[in-house]
Amino acid sequence: MNGKVAKYGMLVALAFILSWVEALIPFGNLGIPGIKIGLANLVVFAAIYLCGPWGALLISLVRIVLSGLAFNGMFYMIYSLAGGMLSLGVMLLCRKCRYFSKIGVSVAGGISHNIGQICVAALTLGSSSVFYYFPVLLIAGTVSGAVIGCVGGIVLEKLPRGIIGG
Amino acid sequence: MKKGDFILIGSILAVAAVSLLVYRYMGSVAAQWAVVTVDGQEYGRYPLDEDQEILIQGAAGGTNLLVIKDGYADVTDASCPDKLCVHQHKIRDNGETIVCLPNKVVVTAVNSGRPALDGVVR
Repeated sequence: MNGKVAKYGMLVALAFILSWVEALIPFGNLGIPGIKIGLANLVVFAAIYLCGPWGALLISLVRIVLSGLAFNGMFYMIYSLAGGMLSLGVMLLCRKCRYFSKIGVSVAGGISHNIGQICVAALTLGSSSVFYYFPVLLIAGTVSGAVIGCVGGIVLEKLPRGIIGG
Repeated sequence: MKKGDFILIGSILAVAAVSLLVYRYMGSVAAQWAVVTVDGQEYGRYPLDEDQEILIQGAAGGTNLLVIKDGYADVTDASCPDKLCVHQHKIRDNGETIVCLPNKVVVTAVNSGRPALDGVVR
């Protein structure tokens, strides 16, 4: 139990720090809303393999609430929530069906994150014109998903079992 | 990497490429109007061949400054904290869009001057 608390605490802290690093990068200058690396998703991705579905869900939720309060503002929390939850759900399914490697799981998570956010945007704006950004966001989700999957795979391999044992 | 990964990534990129091509084809025509919607309701429709500045009253008291100049529509100032709408590129071609999420403002370049129709059944 104590080990579990320490492990979850460490992962939440890590995700929080990565959200902060991400908040420092001015992606807005790209001129396309919604493009990010999604560094914090690296932790959620690793948590799927380290803590199982419920652990990953918990860490993702705490991370979204914390970074929403600290960096992005309450307004964007619903976007993070929609993207984060859809992405986590899709990643869990993709992992379960055993048809994909870690990279495939992460890419599926990356694009579903963007699809979730664009759907919430269309709903709150009451306008489907945001789907104009859909193709670009698909590509961005694929790239960031692949990066997270590669890095996450390496991290999971290198982690000593004793420190953060499954 | 497994075979499933390649199929997944390949099909996503194919979908993205096809929709980009469709957009390019649709958007190759310069639009005549900048249509502004706030919270899903049409707010105004401004001709792109007339240089003007419009202060849009967005949702929750926010404002966006829409500038139409040389056939382009651009949001140059906004009350929101992140200014994502200001960073988005100026638009001219049919279907191009500038979005401000906090103020629920959408500016779309549109080709037709008629009121927007959901669909026409013949």
